[in-house]
Amino acid sequence: MTAQSKITASPFITLSTRIRRTWRHGDRVFQGLLILSSLLTLALVVAIGYELWKNSALSRQAFGLAFIFTSRWDPALNRVFGALPFIQGTLVTSAIALLGAVPLSLGTAIFLAELAPRWLRQPVGFLVELLAAIPSVVYGLWGLFVYIPAFVRPASLMLNKTLGWLPIFEGPVFGPSRLAAGLLLAIMILPTITAISRDVFLAIPDSQREAALALGATRWEAIWQVLVPYGLSGLLGAIILGLGRALGETIAVTMVIGNNLDLSLSLLHPGYTMSSVIANEFTEATYDLYLQALIEIGLILFVITLLINLIARLLIWRVSRRVIVEARA
Amino acid sequence: MRRSILISVSLFVLGGLILAACAPAASPVASQPTATGQLAAGSIQINGAGATFPFPLYSRWFYDYAFVDPSVRFNYQSIGSGGGIQQITQKTVDFGASDAILSNEQLAAAPGLQMFPTVAGAEAIVVNLKDAQGNPITTPLKFPGTTIADIYLGKITKWNDPLLTAANPDVKLPDQNIIVVHRSDGSGTTYIFTDYLSSVSQEWKTKVGKGTSVDWPVGLGGKGNEGVAGTVSQNVGSIGYVELAYALQNKFVINLIQNQAGAYVAPSMETTQSAMTDFGSNLGEKLALSIVNGPGKNSYPIAGYTYMLLYMNQQDCVKADKIVQFMKWAYGPNGTKDASDLSYVPLPDAVKQQVLARLAQITCQGKPLGN
Repeated sequence: MTAQSKITASPFITLSTRIRRTWRHGDRVFQGLLILSSLLTLALVVAIGYELWKNSALSRQAFGLAFIFTSRWDPALNRVFGALPFIQGTLVTSAIALLGAVPLSLGTAIFLAELAPRWLRQPVGFLVELLAAIPSVVYGLWGLFVYIPAFVRPASLMLNKTLGWLPIFEGPVFGPSRLAAGLLLAIMILPTITAISRDVFLAIPDSQREAALALGATRWEAIWQVLVPYGLSGLLGAIILGLGRALGETIAVTMVIGNNLDLSLSLLHPGYTMSSVIANEFTEATYDLYLQALIEIGLILFVITLLINLIARLLIWRVSRRVIVEARA
Repeated sequence: MRRSILISVSLFVLGGLILAACAPAASPVASQPTATGQLAAGSIQINGAGATFPFPLYSRWFYDYAFVDPSVRFNYQSIGSGGGIQQITQKTVDFGASDAILSNEQLAAAPGLQMFPTVAGAEAIVVNLKDAQGNPITTPLKFPGTTIADIYLGKITKWNDPLLTAANPDVKLPDQNIIVVHRSDGSGTTYIFTDYLSSVSQEWKTKVGKGTSVDWPVGLGGKGNEGVAGTVSQNVGSIGYVELAYALQNKFVINLIQNQAGAYVAPSMETTQSAMTDFGSNLGEKLALSIVNGPGKNSYPIAGYTYMLLYMNQQDCVKADKIVQFMKWAYGPNGTKDASDLSYVPLPDAVKQQVLARLAQITCQGKPLGN
């Protein structure tokens, strides 16, 4: 009986193993495709970096490292270029954007994932995601014609009146400013950070919440002491994605920042960013050194973005390791 | 089983992605015959690239010309003067377009390249001012001598500066700081404006110079005409420059500028043509020159040509013939009407004769056209 069943079963076994084997080959093909696509992405990054490096040779030779530390940008008369104001502008506006967007996004995400009634979750979530679909040139126009006169300028005037003794709130107030650009960016990166951190919270197993509440934690304590640390690496990832958009945003920032090269500390003063100057001047850069100086700015932006991403990765790595260690202990 | 479905689905999706990535490269080739098929047989595609300032006019011309000669199809990319010069120098396009006058080095890099002025544009000075009672000032202001240069240099900082009040006795100018607004994007508009400033002010010429972008001594930068106009209209006490067409469309008060002859002139078709006529006899071999600060009594001082760039000796005889035919049409009554409809200034006759004469000298492979 047993022998017979073996005989009848064996063709099925061989068939299933054969299927499994072919699928194992399929696995290999799939793996190969995945490796190929990730290598392609890597190659793309390397190629962009190489092109930027190669095509900025003239400018790098002419100005050397001084390019990063000087603030003269004179394409017409003396043909002298320095990128400091642009670097400052990009870093300052991105920092303002994060300061504005992170609390708001995390608050929205926590509300949507933990507190909101079910019927409210979907529509609010949808509206937030809709913000991400608005083209940045529309943000720019809205920023220039609505956001600045209705909100940024009155807020700037108030800041200047009350805290004007601080160098970062020094007058005069024009409207277009680093603050305006930063606050517009805050709105633009809000949906990215919100959507991802909401998903991070939703992915946290209910056992975590239940355990915290069972131990007598309040809602607030459960969220801040259990859920946020649990999802921290994901939340950091969301913030990094938002930061990436803030660093690279071009048209909207160009329209509201005032495009001015002064290196003042004041947030109420107009500034300039790296992507703005490229967008502004690339099309009409009529000689080689000029063009290459703009490409070198692209290179600096590329390197800064890479560095910030690396630091963020390190941070996430350290945080997630700590969480695991704490969870074990 | 479920896993295998998953894998086959993902393989399918991945394959689709790869196909999709390859597809765009192939599709224009596939769609071209149908697009050109609508036109007459032997249809010719002429490619151009360059300045953004004349783009609205050129697209109107190309559109209208398609009814005149359906066999020609123009494709113009408004990538900016820099890109236009570069592409025509490398001969990757059939014609280029530039707002800036090519330097001698640039012309040397492209032997046989000729600039053809197509139309001119004037620029308006716009301001946003309120009197002491808070009412907007709508009387056109008069800007004498070098005042605009001095404002943009940061030397005149108040609206009630003696130079301004003396020129505007019937306007009560407020005791207010001047907020200077300029274009932030590189543009032919800025080139013409700084050309004017360099021409009236020695200090501007030696400190800042002229170009599509300059190192502005003071002021806020707005992106495009809309950026300058938006910044000006939001800041009481500001001054800016925009293309005349844009100022008219947005109902700005058009201010008067004192020209070389001492008269206060507003920008218009007549005053810009007067400036072109002032310099009409000096066009020379290059067919290109600055027309700012003309000596004529009726000449508006902030204006400039925009140019098409063509090689005098063409390689493709059919295309060469079509381009010359088109240019003649553009300088004719229909093209001129399009230009003035869009607030560009057509060439006055004295200039047009010289340009058409040069156009007639275009050859193909060394032989005159039309043979």
